[in-house]
Amino acid sequence: MTAQIFQPIAARPAPVKTEGVVAWIRTNLFGDLRTSIGTLVIGAVLLLILPRFLNWALFNAIWAKDFDACHTAAGACWGVVAEKFRIIIFGRYPFEEQWRPLVATTALLGLVVASCMRAFWKPWLAVLWAVVLAFFFTLMYGDTMGLSKVETDRWGGLPLTILLASLSMTMAFPIALVVALGRRSTLPAIRSVCTIYVELIRGVPLISVLFMASFMFPLLMPQGFSIDVLVRVLAGITLFAAAYMAEVIRGGLQAIPKGQVEAAATLGLSYWQTQRKIVLPQALAMVVPGIMNNFISTFKDTSLVTIVSLYELTGAMSLALNSDANWRPFKIEGYLFIALIYFGFCFSMSRYSQWIEKQVNKSKLR
Amino acid sequence: MSTPSSPPKKSWSWRSQAFRGLMYQVVTVVAILLTVWYLAHNTKVNMTARGIQSGWDFMLGGAGFDIGESLFAFDSAEPYWKAYLIGFTNTLRVAILGIILTTILGTLIGVGRFSRNALVRGLCVVYVEFFRNIPVLLQLLMWYLMFTEILPASSEPWEIGPFFLSKGGLNFPIPEWANGHMWAAWGLLAGVGAAVFYRKKAQLAFEATGQLKSMFWAPVGIALAGAFIGWLVGGAPTGMNVPMKGEFAIENGGALTPEFLSVLLGLTVYTAAFVAEVVRGGIQSVSAGQAEAASALGLNRGQTMRLVMLPQALRVIIPPLTNQYLNLTKNSSLAVAIGYPDVVSIANTAINQTGRAVECIAVIMLVYLSTSLFTSFMMNWYNTRSAIKER
Repeated sequence: MTAQIFQPIAARPAPVKTEGVVAWIRTNLFGDLRTSIGTLVIGAVLLLILPRFLNWALFNAIWAKDFDACHTAAGACWGVVAEKFRIIIFGRYPFEEQWRPLVATTALLGLVVASCMRAFWKPWLAVLWAVVLAFFFTLMYGDTMGLSKVETDRWGGLPLTILLASLSMTMAFPIALVVALGRRSTLPAIRSVCTIYVELIRGVPLISVLFMASFMFPLLMPQGFSIDVLVRVLAGITLFAAAYMAEVIRGGLQAIPKGQVEAAATLGLSYWQTQRKIVLPQALAMVVPGIMNNFISTFKDTSLVTIVSLYELTGAMSLALNSDANWRPFKIEGYLFIALIYFGFCFSMSRYSQWIEKQVNKSKLR
Repeated sequence: MSTPSSPPKKSWSWRSQAFRGLMYQVVTVVAILLTVWYLAHNTKVNMTARGIQSGWDFMLGGAGFDIGESLFAFDSAEPYWKAYLIGFTNTLRVAILGIILTTILGTLIGVGRFSRNALVRGLCVVYVEFFRNIPVLLQLLMWYLMFTEILPASSEPWEIGPFFLSKGGLNFPIPEWANGHMWAAWGLLAGVGAAVFYRKKAQLAFEATGQLKSMFWAPVGIALAGAFIGWLVGGAPTGMNVPMKGEFAIENGGALTPEFLSVLLGLTVYTAAFVAEVVRGGIQSVSAGQAEAASALGLNRGQTMRLVMLPQALRVIIPPLTNQYLNLTKNSSLAVAIGYPDVVSIANTAINQTGRAVECIAVIMLVYLSTSLFTSFMMNWYNTRSAIKER
């Protein structure tokens, strides 16, 4: 009997790595044949396009304010932004006075950012809004304290965009709240008035509302009574945004279980007490992301006021370049510049919206 | 001790809820009527004071302006109502084409976010975030600038086969009109009828025997075969109107103007970003167990998506998708910014020429309201059709 010598079988191969960069690439880029082919094709296209784009946008670009160099260069001409950014950002506001929109807009933006933070969600925030808005208009309009007067038709650029967006959303909120409650009211007349308002506004494009504000509004007012075009447009955007916001809020109201209202009724709360203490706190928390989406689309929609001759960011950009034959060929760079500004604002707002969605859903996490 | 009397059914006191409700409504209605009357009164006074005429008679007068592109011939002597009609058809043309294209592009990108390839996923995210966060007006202006500045002049266009791309737009060959095309159209109609019939039969056969027949490609084939037979019967006309490079511009062939192309591309690309998000949300709303069950049955990923996930997601997708369609239609009004003669642009010209702002704005609103109502009606019908069938 021969002694059996212990012969270990060959070790199994180490398991395929599932963590780390290499493993990630293997599963996500070369997982199977189709994925690999896709990766190669897309990679090839990207390799073809990206260097060209980078060459155009960065390496061959002209950064100096020199349009002769721009005309001969192969790349983008960012000099146009360097040359014209004051007009693009501030529009037709008098050149020496442009510190005023800068200060005013910074204050307004600071307020908007502060309003987004939890620590500031206190009753005195409303007072702060009133103060800052008064400050904004005083500084922009002037005519007091040694400031020269600047008519609203010379306001423009980014300050106008931010003013239109933030003010119309702030004013739209109470209207939307009332209309949303009205649409769910048991009183038929009030319900139908609110429904007609919402459906009418949502059925027409913003531009027709703006046309109304600029062409028809003067006819609607009593004789000898004229309202500034900025205010008219602001009113138009507000009414438009309110209809959309009302639908978002109504969605929140519908999501409140009926038992909540019935429980409030058994406790003897009146209609308004029920809404204020029971329904709205729950409903509004639910629709905050939706309202943020409204805010983003209103911010983008403000670009439409250039069609009724208010020079906000988009209009100011065309204004800056159309009037100057030397720089006009580089409009695409100008457009990209303001596109980047819009993108910055909208993207950060959508990120904020995601953050706040998590915040308001904290109570639902287990 | 007296027994408490039951409260009166209707009391005309402020403490009765019914009475208060009635009062609120009366006050609201009266306030609204008063406001409307006041505004109408002001308008009337202002109009007489400024010598503005009102009424719809101007619709019959000569328009006095030319329209850059229209589906049917128009010259400046023809009346306003015809100009509006052309504007309306132009709006519809761009909206319908845009809706079709944006659905395809948006669905592809929305589904692409579930791809196993990280590159595809990444590109779809970048696409959505980039195009969603830039105003559509700015995008339209940029597309238009690309068409009018970057493309070569129409005397030396880019040639891709029989297609020409230049500042003059896109030129492409179209079949020359012949009687045979009418036959082909009738053939197609008959083919579609036959295809519908075939589908019904195939469905019945499937329910009776479990034999699966081709439900998509066979009907499409039948419809196309019908068109082909009609074309053959009509004498098989093959004449093509091919665009040619002229001395200054491209001659003959069909043409799409740069204005139309920029509006179409801008709206499609912008709305597709939103449609992609809608599709993604819909797919995510289908529970993961469905996908797992599908792969347990041996369906591959494409089949899982097409046969299991998308049909269920459709129920969640349709209402927000309707909103996106409506948005696209409404956003087509921005065509006025780049000079595509849609209904808003025509109305804008008409306001400047006749000063009848009230009537012209009323036309715009009427057009969009009716289009919106029609679209939501169609989509509601489709929604009830695709809704879950419960006992």
